[in-house]
Amino acid sequence: MDTDLSSQDRKDLDKFIKFFALKTVQVIVQARLGEKICTRSSSSPTGSDWFNLAIKDIPEVTHEAKKALAGQLPAVGRSMCVEISLKTSEGDSMELEIWCLEMNEKCDKEIKVSYTVYNRLSLLLKSLLAITRVTPAYRLSRKQGHEYVILYRIYFGEVQLSGLGEGFQTVRVGTVGTPVGTITLSCAYRINLAFMSTRAGEDNGAVYPSVEDSQEVCTTSFSTSPPSQCVFTVTKAHFQTPPPVVTDTLKVPVMGLAFSHQLSSSRLSYQPAALGVGSADMGYPVLFAGGLNAAHPHQLIGPGKEGGVPPVPSQPAHGTQADQERMCTPLDGVHYSAATPSSSEDTETVSNSSEGKCGSPHDLLETIFIRKVGAFVNKPINQVTMANLDIPFAMFAPKNVELEDNDPMVNPPDSPETESPLQGSLHSEGSSGSSAGNTHDDFVMIDFKPAFSKDDILPMDLGTFYREFQNPPQLSSLSIDIGAQSMAEDLDSLPEKLAVHEKNVKEFDAFVETLQ
Amino acid sequence: MGLCPSTSSGPRSRAAAMNCRAEVLEVSVEGRQVEEAMLAVLHTVLLHRSTGKFHYKKEGTYSIGTVGTQDVDCDFIDFAYVRVSSEELDRALRKAVGEFKPPPCRPQDALRSSGSDGMGQISLEFYQKKKSRWPFSDECIPWELWTIKVNVVNLANEQERQICREKVGEKLCEKIINIVEVMNRHEYLPKMPTQSEVDNVFDTSLKDVQPYLYKISYQITDTLGTSVTTTMRRLIKDTLAL
Repeated sequence: MDTDLSSQDRKDLDKFIKFFALKTVQVIVQARLGEKICTRSSSSPTGSDWFNLAIKDIPEVTHEAKKALAGQLPAVGRSMCVEISLKTSEGDSMELEIWCLEMNEKCDKEIKVSYTVYNRLSLLLKSLLAITRVTPAYRLSRKQGHEYVILYRIYFGEVQLSGLGEGFQTVRVGTVGTPVGTITLSCAYRINLAFMSTRAGEDNGAVYPSVEDSQEVCTTSFSTSPPSQCVFTVTKAHFQTPPPVVTDTLKVPVMGLAFSHQLSSSRLSYQPAALGVGSADMGYPVLFAGGLNAAHPHQLIGPGKEGGVPPVPSQPAHGTQADQERMCTPLDGVHYSAATPSSSEDTETVSNSSEGKCGSPHDLLETIFIRKVGAFVNKPINQVTMANLDIPFAMFAPKNVELEDNDPMVNPPDSPETESPLQGSLHSEGSSGSSAGNTHDDFVMIDFKPAFSKDDILPMDLGTFYREFQNPPQLSSLSIDIGAQSMAEDLDSLPEKLAVHEKNVKEFDAFVETLQ
Repeated sequence: MGLCPSTSSGPRSRAAAMNCRAEVLEVSVEGRQVEEAMLAVLHTVLLHRSTGKFHYKKEGTYSIGTVGTQDVDCDFIDFAYVRVSSEELDRALRKAVGEFKPPPCRPQDALRSSGSDGMGQISLEFYQKKKSRWPFSDECIPWELWTIKVNVVNLANEQERQICREKVGEKLCEKIINIVEVMNRHEYLPKMPTQSEVDNVFDTSLKDVQPYLYKISYQITDTLGTSVTTTMRRLIKDTLAL
């Protein structure tokens, strides 16, 4: 009982348990950041490394852990839990693991607090370091990025395992007996990684239904095999976004630190209401964080990390249906890990640099179109905006339709309407040709001549050119008839040549002697 | 630490070994996975069996340095593990594992329809030194022995290799859980030594961390179940017979 424990030991024990809990959270969260962790050994004790282990303290995580603990310590019936979950770019979420730090009533009164308990807690932390790398969530967290992110939540109280689905497995990391109870650290992890869709449907800005409310089984699924085999069989239906919502709250985050804190808060809350409230208050950051909901791809576009074409709104004024589906990629540029100010600042820097190029939403739309049209497309001068002066080969784009003839990349077609597939994709529906009078409202179709094109008269795309010239005609000198003819001539002239050589035999012999 | 091609122990060591805690792990891997699998297991064990450097002060107290850790990704196995951040320790283990090379399957053996391929085992033994008076040498008393039995398989094609990558990764996860379970039983550990005795319990030669005294030994058998020396002798005989 507590009366057997000296007050100093009791104080020490409480301190050990408190810092053990904080370090446990750090190890778990850092193991799910998606990065390889590396800390240095130090032969000299620094005095600040609890349990003689170099475990960095991410301030945000410590703050959240302390907030969850609220001055309490794990005790019987009061466990500290770290919930690790996965959230896809479409808003589906799934709990992956629950790490529990519990205390039971089994006491070890003989154990020495300041020595044995401390060392065993250190050993337990090492075990936690090892175990956090062998559960399935580790492999998933290492692959997080565009399609999904890993989130964490800390809570104190009763362990809630219902979100792990059926047949979850548990692994015990270890136990440490103390005079006031036995500390147990364990992990319950999900086995069934099939998704239940939690998308909101057609409502813009709607809060997400909880997982229990979902009726539809999404085709997205994970396997427990390595992430290399995780296949996103997302159907076309997932790309059907609601009409784009352009809000005035679209902002580029300025203060990295402030942003990361908000990010943490939004991630920690899985209550849809909280997210909804957050959306109103926090504007872009929560849209960024919670806006993995594909309802607003619009707000997350930008040149993006992949350098490709940004997503297209669901109702583009131009462009074929094929283009829309082709370019409605999962949200890019959205990468954040389970926390840290430093790492989230880094990711934010990348996102900021990409997002910062976007001006108002209206310009954004225009930017999309201009980028979509492609490198060699001619644009009427009234469509030239600041955004498209940086297109490749801009110097070849004629200033207006009348100057087409002078453009080295453009020639008037002599044979009409032989459209290559590439030209077709640049068309808007119903428009064709590139004659001077047929200017489209937004862009003008031209016949462009790819490199190595055969001649100026017959338009030819690269594929046709390649096919045609893949099998060139045989060289005439190699043809059989000509070869046979020359052979006959050679044979006829042979006696004459021999006679000449015999005449000059002495010269040949002298030459040979010089060589020896 | 010392590397012996085979285990041999005197009578006193054998008696002491009866009190030694022994754990056996078995893994089946492809040839090129042997090194990584061995390192993963050995590093995980040594992570738990290493402390920071001791700095003794007056009156028998001491402070302990800090142990750093780092993640290691395997190249041939879908697996990652944590090791102590000590290049010296890593080098020592790599050297030991590098010499442990279960032989690849010989071409004529590949024609066999079944049967085991190369086998071997590597042992990691933690011991304490007990000083003896002259002329007797110091005694090494093992207190924990980890034996990793390795079964080397041969694979026919890339698809099998890919499956093997995943399967071995899963198996290693199980081994790590097994190791952690043993470590957290909190069974016998040498008591913390005084300054004069520290070299009898810990390996103090590394500059950044301090593992318990350990030694690594290995044994290799080829596909016929014979030892490597027997095979070499036979090869030489066959060559001379020609």
